[in-house]
Amino acid sequence: MTDEAHPRSAFGAPPQGGAASGPAKPVPRRPLGVQQSLGPVLTVLGALGVVWYAAATWLNAPQVIERVLSDRPGWGLADLLPLTWSMERPVLPAPHQIALDMWRSTVDWPLNSPRSLLFHTGVTAASTLLGFVMGTLLGLGLAVAIVHSRTLDRSLFPWIIASQTVPVLAIAPIVIVALGSMGFTGVFPKSVIAMYLCFFPVTVAMVKGLRSPGVMELELMHTYAASASHTFWKLRVPASLPFLFPSLRVGIAAALVGAIVAELPTGAQAGLGARLLTGSYYGNTVQIWSALVMAALLGLVLTGAVAAADKWLTPGGRK
Amino acid sequence: MRAVEAGVVAGAPVVRVQQMSVRFPGEPPVVALDRVGLDIAEGEFISLIGPSGCGKTTLLRVIADLEQATSGDVTVNGMSSMQARLSRAYGYVFQAPALFPWRTVLANVTLPLEVQGVPREQARETARIQLERVGLKGFEGKYPWQLSGGMQQRVSIARALGFEPKLLMMDEPFGALDEITRDRLNEQLLRLWERERRTVIFVTHSIPEAVFLSSRIVVMSPRPGRIVEVIESRLPADRTLDVRETPEFIDIAHRVRLALRDAHD
Repeated sequence: MTDEAHPRSAFGAPPQGGAASGPAKPVPRRPLGVQQSLGPVLTVLGALGVVWYAAATWLNAPQVIERVLSDRPGWGLADLLPLTWSMERPVLPAPHQIALDMWRSTVDWPLNSPRSLLFHTGVTAASTLLGFVMGTLLGLGLAVAIVHSRTLDRSLFPWIIASQTVPVLAIAPIVIVALGSMGFTGVFPKSVIAMYLCFFPVTVAMVKGLRSPGVMELELMHTYAASASHTFWKLRVPASLPFLFPSLRVGIAAALVGAIVAELPTGAQAGLGARLLTGSYYGNTVQIWSALVMAALLGLVLTGAVAAADKWLTPGGRK
Repeated sequence: MRAVEAGVVAGAPVVRVQQMSVRFPGEPPVVALDRVGLDIAEGEFISLIGPSGCGKTTLLRVIADLEQATSGDVTVNGMSSMQARLSRAYGYVFQAPALFPWRTVLANVTLPLEVQGVPREQARETARIQLERVGLKGFEGKYPWQLSGGMQQRVSIARALGFEPKLLMMDEPFGALDEITRDRLNEQLLRLWERERRTVIFVTHSIPEAVFLSSRIVVMSPRPGRIVEVIESRLPADRTLDVRETPEFIDIAHRVRLALRDAHD
C-alpha cells in the first residue's frame, strides 16, 4: 500500500534524490562575497607561489650549476636563485615566466596568427563546445531511451559503461584517422572525441534524474489520465533538471580534456593540444606551461558558464 | 463474520462496488479485500475507517483505478473505473501533498487543467478561484517549500477540485498534520462539501474526524479486509467543531468504536 509519507518530514529535506518526492526545499545558494573569499584565495595563491619558486630552484639548479656556475668558483645562493628563475628552457619555469609568455603570446600576435595563444584557445574551445553540444544531445537521447525502454536499459547500459573503460588516448587516433579517411577534418573529428567523453556523465545523471519522480507523483499524473508525453514533459523533465546541470559541468570539463587529447596524437596544426605537442618537441617548457594554464582558464570559464545557465534556468531556486 | 451490504440510496449510485476482492500475490497470498460491497449515492460524504491493513486505502485505490480488483465489479458513474479515470471523473488527494517543488502554488493547481488542455488564461483563472476557496488567496506566487504542511495540503485539495470533478477521493489527507491544523481543515472541508455537494470518499483512521465529516461511516476490519458495519450519521448540516460535545455526536462515535472493537474479536 502507500507509504506514510509525512509532509512535515519531507519539508526541508534536501532536493538531492527526490526533486519531486515531496516539497523539497532547494539548498540556498550562498553568494560568493568578494571580501569573504579574497583572503583565503590570496593565502592559497601566496603559498602556491612560494612552493612553486622553491620547486623551480630545486629542479633547475643542477642545470644552472653545470652550465653556468661551474665556471664561477665561489658562487652563492644569490647567484643561483635569479638564474634558476630565468632559464630559457627550464625543467620547471617560474610563474612569472609563464605569465610573461602568456602575455606575449596573446598580445603580440594578431588573433588569426598560429603564434597567438588565443588563436589556439579558440580552436580548442570550438571543438570543445561542438563536442559538448553533441555529447549532451547524445547523453540526453540515450537517457530518454533507457528510461522508456526496459530492453534498451539492459542492452545499452553495459556498452555505455564499457565505452568509458577504453582509454581515450588509444581510441582518439583511430577515430581521427577513420573520420579523416571519410573526408572529415578540422574541428569535427576532435568534437567526436570530446563528445565521447562528455555524453557519459550526462547519460548517467539523466537516467537517475528522469527516474527521480516518486510513486505518488506518477500516480497523480495517472489520475489525470495524463499521456506519456505529458508525464515526461511536466513531471520527469523538470524533476531531472537538478541532476542535469551538475552533469553538464562535469561533461563540459570532460569535453575539454577530450578536445585537447584529440589534438595530441595526430599532428594537429592548431589548438592547445598542438601547442603542448610542439612545446615538448622543442623542449620549450614555458610554452607547454602557458598552454596548460590557458587550458585550465578555459575550463574555468566553460564550467562557470554552465553554472550561470543553471542559476538562470532552474525555477524555484532563484530568490 | 458477516458481510454487510450497504443499503442502496435513491438514484443511480455514483460508485457501485459488488463482491469485490483484492488479493496480493505472496505465500500465502494476502487478501486485502474480501467480497466487499458498497453503493455510494451522489452528494454523500463517505468515510472509510478501520485499523491499518483493513484495506480502506486499497478500496479507494481500486475505485480510482490505481489498483486492480482480483474479482468482482466496480463501476463509477456507470463506467468501469478505468473509463472513469480516462474521462477524468474524479479528483484524488493523496496522503502527502505531492506538490511539484519547481512549480509555484498557482502552477501546481493549473497542472491537471494543463493536462486536460484547458487554455492557459482560463486555467489560471480557475486556479485562482480554487485557491481562494481553500483560503490561500495571496499565496499564488509562492513555492511549495515556503508553505506550512497544512497549507500545502490545502493546495493539493484546490488542485483536485480545479477541474470540478463530481467525485472527490481523499486518502488520509490530514493524517500527517497536527491536531489543531487538522481540526481547522476538517471544518473547511465540511463547509466546502455543504456548499458544493460533491460526492466525497474519505479514508481516515480517526473516529472524531470520520463522525464529524461524514453522512455515512463505513467501518472496516482487517485479515481479510472487509466492511463490518455502515453507520448513518445525521448531525446538523451547519455543524461546527462544537458538535463534538453533543450527545448525538458522542453516540455515533460510540457506535463506530463498538463496531471497530467487534471487528477485532
